[in-house]
Amino acid sequence: MSQDIVNLEVNGVAVQGRKGQMIIQVTDAADVYVPRFCYHEKLSVAANCRMCLVEVEKAPKPMPACATPIAEGMKVYTKSPKAIGAQKATMEFLLINHPLDCPICDQGGECELQDLAVGFGRDAARFEERKRVVKDKNLGPLVSTDMTRCIHCTRCVRFTAEIAGVQELGTMGRGEGMQISTWVEKSVDHELSGNIIDLCPVGALNSKPFRFHGRGWEMTAQALVSPHDAVGTNLSAHVRRGQLMRVVPRANEAINETWIADRDRFSYEGIYAADRLERPLVRQGGALVPCDWETALEAAARGLQGAIAPGADRVGFLALPSATTEELHLFARIARGLGVANLDHRLRQRDFRDQGADPVFPGLGLAIADLDRLDGLLVVGADLRQEAPVLAHRVRKAAVRNKARIAFVNPARFDYHFPVAAYRAVGAGDMAAELAAIGRALAESTGAALPAALAHAGTPNDGQRAAAAALASGERRLVLLGGLAERHPGYADLRAIAAAVAGLAGAALGYLPGGGNAAGAALAGVLPHREAGGRPAGRVGLDAGAMLAGGLDAYVLLGGIEAGLDTAGEGAEAALARAGFVLALSPYAPEAVRRHAHVILPIGTFAETSGTFVNVEGRWQSFAAAARLVGEARPGWKVLRVLGNLLNLPGFEYESSEDVRIELERALGAQAGQGADTAYRGAWRPQGSLPGALADAPLYQSDPVVRRAPALQQTRAAARPRATY
Amino acid sequence: MSEAQSSGTAGLLSEHTRHEIDHWRAKFPEGRQRSAVIAALRAAQHQNHGYLTSELMDAVGAYLDVPAIQVYEVASFYSMFETKPAGRLHVSVCTNISCMLCGADKIVEHIEKRLGVKTGESTPDGKFFLKREEECLAACNNAPMMMIDHVYYENLTPEKVDQVLDSLK
Repeated sequence: MSQDIVNLEVNGVAVQGRKGQMIIQVTDAADVYVPRFCYHEKLSVAANCRMCLVEVEKAPKPMPACATPIAEGMKVYTKSPKAIGAQKATMEFLLINHPLDCPICDQGGECELQDLAVGFGRDAARFEERKRVVKDKNLGPLVSTDMTRCIHCTRCVRFTAEIAGVQELGTMGRGEGMQISTWVEKSVDHELSGNIIDLCPVGALNSKPFRFHGRGWEMTAQALVSPHDAVGTNLSAHVRRGQLMRVVPRANEAINETWIADRDRFSYEGIYAADRLERPLVRQGGALVPCDWETALEAAARGLQGAIAPGADRVGFLALPSATTEELHLFARIARGLGVANLDHRLRQRDFRDQGADPVFPGLGLAIADLDRLDGLLVVGADLRQEAPVLAHRVRKAAVRNKARIAFVNPARFDYHFPVAAYRAVGAGDMAAELAAIGRALAESTGAALPAALAHAGTPNDGQRAAAAALASGERRLVLLGGLAERHPGYADLRAIAAAVAGLAGAALGYLPGGGNAAGAALAGVLPHREAGGRPAGRVGLDAGAMLAGGLDAYVLLGGIEAGLDTAGEGAEAALARAGFVLALSPYAPEAVRRHAHVILPIGTFAETSGTFVNVEGRWQSFAAAARLVGEARPGWKVLRVLGNLLNLPGFEYESSEDVRIELERALGAQAGQGADTAYRGAWRPQGSLPGALADAPLYQSDPVVRRAPALQQTRAAARPRATY
Repeated sequence: MSEAQSSGTAGLLSEHTRHEIDHWRAKFPEGRQRSAVIAALRAAQHQNHGYLTSELMDAVGAYLDVPAIQVYEVASFYSMFETKPAGRLHVSVCTNISCMLCGADKIVEHIEKRLGVKTGESTPDGKFFLKREEECLAACNNAPMMMIDHVYYENLTPEKVDQVLDSLK
C-alpha cells in the first residue's frame, strides 16, 4: 500500500495523506483549520460555498480545499495572504445577503457563520443594495426555518439524498432566486430529519421545539445514552440550571456516527410532561393522595410484604426494558430476595415457548459498525426504520456502498430507501412457512441437507429463491430477528426456522429487541427462567404474558409501565385492576396508572439518573445524571435500594449506581460479553391460524417518554394509525 | 425510489409525451435517466399548453423513476419552464445588448401595449404569455428579434410584430 501514500507540505510542514484524499481531509488530520461551510466529512463534496479556498503552489488561483485532491510534492498554504484574501472575499459575498439578525437568531453563539465572520469578515459592510428576503417554509413540527439566513451550502439537501435516502429538500430556482425548499408544501418526514438542524452551518434550520428557549452559552453539555432503541445512541444533553433544554448527537463512530434519530433528539420534551409525578402517591380510602417519601416507602414495603405473605407465587415483577441496568439488577435482587420468581421485562412478547433457548442477552451477533460491511442480510419481522432508525441507516450503507443483498420477510410492506434484493410481504400467519421455504431454497442451492427444523418446508417459489440468494453470496452474512418477530404469536417457530436458515447460510443469528436496554435486563436476570448472566433460575416463574393473563394478587411495575401501551396482552389493564396491591415505580402518573396503583413512587427518567445501558452489541455505556430531578422524584436505583433496606434484604448498602454496576459485573463474570448464539435448534410444523394478533409498535409510541413528547406526536409518522397484522 | 412513486401519477402523461420521453431516455446510459428530465419536462409542458403543474412534474418523476424533488429542481432552474399557469404562446423578446441597441425596448413596449399585459403576464384569453426577460438567442445579426414557441422572428419593427401576432392562431 506504500504507493498510496502521498507526501505533501501544509504551511511548510511535511504531512502525508492517502491517494484520492482532498486537501481538507489532510489538513483536518494535521489539525490545521481551514474554514468551511458546505464541506462535511459524511456528505459528498459540493464545493459551493468557496470558504475553504487555500493557496496551492503553482496553481494560478486559490483552490477549494474540499475538492482539490492531494498530489505528491504539493505545497499548500492555508494562511498565506492569498489564501486569507480569498477567504475574506468569500466571506464578504456570503454576508451580502445574510441578515444581521444574530441577536434574535437561535444559532447565535453556536453559529459557524458567526464564528467565521469574526475571523474573516470585515467590520463594516460595503454592500448598500437591497438584501434578499426568502419566505420561510413549514417543514413540520421538528425543524424551524428562517430561510433568509440560508447560505446555500446544500448540506441539508445532500443529507436527505445521501444519508436519509429520500431527497425531501432540493435547491429550487437559480442565482439570487435560489431557495432550499420542498417545492410543494410538505413536511420533512424522515425519521433522521432532525440531523439537518446540526448540519446547517447558519440559523436557517433550527430545532422548532427549542426555538427561542435558550442560548448555547447558558447550557452545559452532559453525556447521555438514548433509551429509545437498542442501538445505544450517544447523546449530548444540553442542560440549563438543571433542566434539560435540548438533545444533540454525541459522535461515536462505532455506534451512531454523527447522527441521531428524531426520537432521540426530541423525546426530552416528554421528561417535563404534564402528568410527571412530583410526589409519591399512596392510596388511602380509595383515592391516591400525595405524601412524603417515608410514608410512601413504608406503605410500599408493607404492601409488598402483605402480598408475599400468603405465597410469593401470586406476585409479579414487571420491568420496562428501557430502565437502567442498575435499576433492573436491584429490581431482580428484590424479587428474588423475596422469593418471587415471576419476573420479566419482555412485556410485548407473546410466545415464550422456547425461552430456554434464549441467548444470554438478545444481541446482534456482531458489532453495529460491522453492519456497514455486510454482504447479505435476511431481516425477519422488523420495520427497521421504525424500530432502530440509526441501525436502518447502517443497513442502508451496506446496501448502497457495499452492495449488500438485503432480503425481508415481513407481515407488511415497509418503505426502504435502498435497493432491496427480495421483499417477502406475507400474512403474519404465513411468515414461518415463508421463512422455511427460503431455508429450503438455500439448502437446495448449496446442496446441503435439510435441517430438521425445515422438514416441513414447502417447495420454494422464485421470490423465496431470490431471498435465499441474499444469504448465498459474500462472506459476512446475518439473519436478523426484529421486533415484529419478537412480538409474533409464533415467535418460537420463527426463531427455530431463522436459526436453521442462519446455520445453512453460515450466517450469524442476531436479535433486535425492543426497548433501550433489553440486553441489560437479560444480563441482570430480569427473566423468569434466568438469573444474572444467564444462569438458570432455581425455580422458573411466570413470564410476562402469563403474569398478565392469569391475574396475580400483586404487581410491582418498574419504569412507568402503562399496561395498555407497553404490554402485548389486551387483558393487562384488567389484570392490574383486579390485583390487591400494585406498586408502580414511575416517572409519570397518568390516569391508566392511577386507576390500578396503590403506591406510586416517582423516579427519574433516563436523563435524571446515573446508570448504564447495554446495547444490542453488548456494549456497556454508563452515564451520569444530566438533569435535575423533577419535584421530589428520586433516581430509580436509590428508591430500590431503600426499598431493599425496608424489606430487610441483605446487601443493599450501595453508595452509588456504580457500586450496583460493579456488583452486577462481578456476578456476570465472563458471561457479560456473550451475545447472540446460533446453537438453538427446534422443529417447526405448519399450523393453522395464529394464537393471537401481531401488533405494530409505532415509532413514536415506543416508551412512556416518547409518548409524551409533543413535537414528535405532531409528526406525520405519529399520526399513522397503529396497525395489526 | 419506492414502488408507489413509479406506479402513481405517471398516467397523467399522454401517449405522445411518453413516446417523446422514451426517445430521450434511450439516448442516455442505463441508470442515467435523470439526464432526460429536461426533455421530458419540455414534452410535458407542451402537452399542458404552456406550463407545468406539480402533478405533471410528479408524473415525469414517476415515469422516469427520478425523485419528484429533482424534477422540481430542474423545472424551477430553467427559464424555459413555467411552473405557474401561463398563456399558450410564449413570446420572448431578446433584450440583451445587441437587440437593446437596435430598439428591443421599443418592441417590448409595443407588445405590452398591444397585448395589454406587462412582461411576466399572460393575456386573459390565455393565448399569449409575454416572458419576463430573455437573454441573447444568438441572432444578433438580425436584431432586434423575438422567439415565439421556438420560432425566431428577426429584424423586428412594431409593424412586423403586429403582423406576426395577427398571424398566430
